Amino acid sequence: MKNILDLAYNIIGLPRLIISIFLLVFLIAAAVVDLSIPMLTGSLLVRVGMNAVLVLALIPAIKAGTGLNLALPLGIMCGLVGAVVAIEYKLSGAASFAVALAIAVPLAIIVGYLYGLVLNRIKGQEMIVGTYVGFSVVSGMCIFWLLAPFKNPEMVWAYGGTGLRNTILLHSSFDKILNDFLGFKIGEIEIPTGLLLFFGLLCFMVWLFGKTRTGNAMHVAGSNPRFALSCGINIDKMRILGTVLSTILACIGILVYSQSYGFLQLYQGPLMMAFPAAAAILIGGASPKKAAISHVIIGTFLFQSLLVVAPPVINVLVEGSFSEVFRGIVSNGVILYALATKWEGGE
Amino acid sequence: MIPEQKELKPNTNSPLIKIKRKLIEFAVPLLFLVLCIIGAYYARLQPSFLINEIIMRMARNPVLVLALIIPVLAGMGMNFAIVLGAMAGQIGLIIITHYEATGITGVTVAALIAVPFAIIFGYLTGKLLNRAKGKEMITSMIFGFFAVYVWQLFFLVFVGSIIPMRNEKMILSTGVGVRNTVDLVGIRYALDDIIKIRDLPGITIPISTLIVVALFCILITFFMKTKLGQDIRAVGQNMEIAAISGINVDKIRITAIIISTVLAAWGQIIWLQNIGTLNTYGSHVQVGLFAVAALLIGGASVAKANIWQVLLGTFLFHTLFIISPTAGRNLLGDAQIGEFFRVFVAYGVIAVALVLHAWQKHSAAKNK
Repeated sequence: MKNILDLAYNIIGLPRLIISIFLLVFLIAAAVVDLSIPMLTGSLLVRVGMNAVLVLALIPAIKAGTGLNLALPLGIMCGLVGAVVAIEYKLSGAASFAVALAIAVPLAIIVGYLYGLVLNRIKGQEMIVGTYVGFSVVSGMCIFWLLAPFKNPEMVWAYGGTGLRNTILLHSSFDKILNDFLGFKIGEIEIPTGLLLFFGLLCFMVWLFGKTRTGNAMHVAGSNPRFALSCGINIDKMRILGTVLSTILACIGILVYSQSYGFLQLYQGPLMMAFPAAAAILIGGASPKKAAISHVIIGTFLFQSLLVVAPPVINVLVEGSFSEVFRGIVSNGVILYALATKWEGGE
Repeated sequence: MIPEQKELKPNTNSPLIKIKRKLIEFAVPLLFLVLCIIGAYYARLQPSFLINEIIMRMARNPVLVLALIIPVLAGMGMNFAIVLGAMAGQIGLIIITHYEATGITGVTVAALIAVPFAIIFGYLTGKLLNRAKGKEMITSMIFGFFAVYVWQLFFLVFVGSIIPMRNEKMILSTGVGVRNTVDLVGIRYALDDIIKIRDLPGITIPISTLIVVALFCILITFFMKTKLGQDIRAVGQNMEIAAISGINVDKIRITAIIISTVLAAWGQIIWLQNIGTLNTYGSHVQVGLFAVAALLIGGASVAKANIWQVLLGTFLFHTLFIISPTAGRNLLGDAQIGEFFRVFVAYGVIAVALVLHAWQKHSAAKNK
């Protein structure tokens, strides 16, 4: 009996266990204080879909052996530039989303490649370097948003200020373009079909890539560098590939996130976005050295359901808005746990 | 892999090479000095205003930067978790404001109250960093973020409900949670005002605070010469060799972090007695970022730092801080650009320093 419990504990892992218990407690509490379950479920589905791509973006980096990619803001910036350009030309609907992607992805390839070159020179310090590269790019881009010669009145301050607005409404471009695609209702629950399909498609592509020769080589390079070397795999090249893929997924991720959110957040908005994503994949059972798509799905689901259920329950008990505090404690706590644990595998 | 051919050693005594080496050593401070001069030219601030601001900041900021030195020497990198030290200092200030202690007595009591908190926080940080050897900086940074949220939870929810606190000036009208700003009028300038020179028009020199800063500088220099200081250096140079020679590495590392945290607590108190208002949920958040950026701008690296780099870095970083909004407005027509620029500089300089350091370490390991 004890062995079975030990085994179960080893499979589930401490973070997943704690978060699940938390979630269970809050769900019971939610039932007790009579929260509308259909509404919560609907918003949970949307939030899982909108955040999951950013979490998925961590997979190629972990597979290639560069650990948790805390420089996600690099890709996010590319996505935002794509979106802003698409809006500047007053595109609307699916065209605006497609153009934003078409601009963002090539940018992400270049940025990811350059960042990959940096990562190859600082092996072992990827997380702290990634964090500060991300921070400095976000704050450097603040100057860009302020000075860039955009003209569309929907984006620039009406008067009294220069540069782009802090938040740009997407109602005339690609607001909810994925969420509403084939959307339908079951009872009171709205299903964001397009959003979930799009995420599923990206998952499938990542999975498919893992099955190819290159994908396999990248995985070997990340999980067992010595063996990879003896197989003639160019480890540095594989690390760059992983970084590029991660950056591309991050730029797609922010566009998916924004279309669901309804507006773009510029300036300091994306500064901290990598941390909840990293927390989500860790909650899902991944480690900085090993991750699978199932970890993305489970982790995003657990983390987001906790974030959906907990704040309204807490608000019944105490006044004030604690969703931010709650998210911060959970996500940073989980990352700390990962940092303070010795993981198997890797070097 | 083919080992790279060894280069011939250049003649180290040639004066040209000496100058070149000095230039490389001071490249970062020189670059920022140039930036400061250009910025000061375009900012066109009144000289007396600029000098006054610089003196004020040279009094209130260096202790927070000094707090970083010992962990650097212990080989633990930049201790971003001095945020927790700042919190300990603020706890002291909140308590004395609650009991309405004022003046230099108030500041001293706050500094004393802060010590046990700082020791506990430092101990926890040290324990955590010992579990994350080789990843100290990212761990201390995330621990800092974590602590910021725990602080919010504590002072928004627990104070007033679990921990009794009734001072109406500090507690929100609901009776639970500390207000966004706490007026520190009772202790404002308490340390600065002990000895102050106002002989020059528009310039005040808080001599007493400057003396305290100098004392801390001397104390740290002296401390590094003691047995404990030497042990810290030994651990910083090589943990394995230190362990073989009988040093309890983990304990030394925890001690280094505790000292850093206590210094940060005092640094935050010195800083806040000058500012005069405590932003309950904001004053501590950027402490780590600004201190680390200042130290790096002074020419320190993640593995090497000294007192002069602290002072030079504080001077350059804060000069840039004063002039960049006005310089930005005069140059590009928007003060916001200057503000974004200085945040960018703070993050950017840390990013570049981290990349360079990790790069050096990586190529050193490769050459072995």
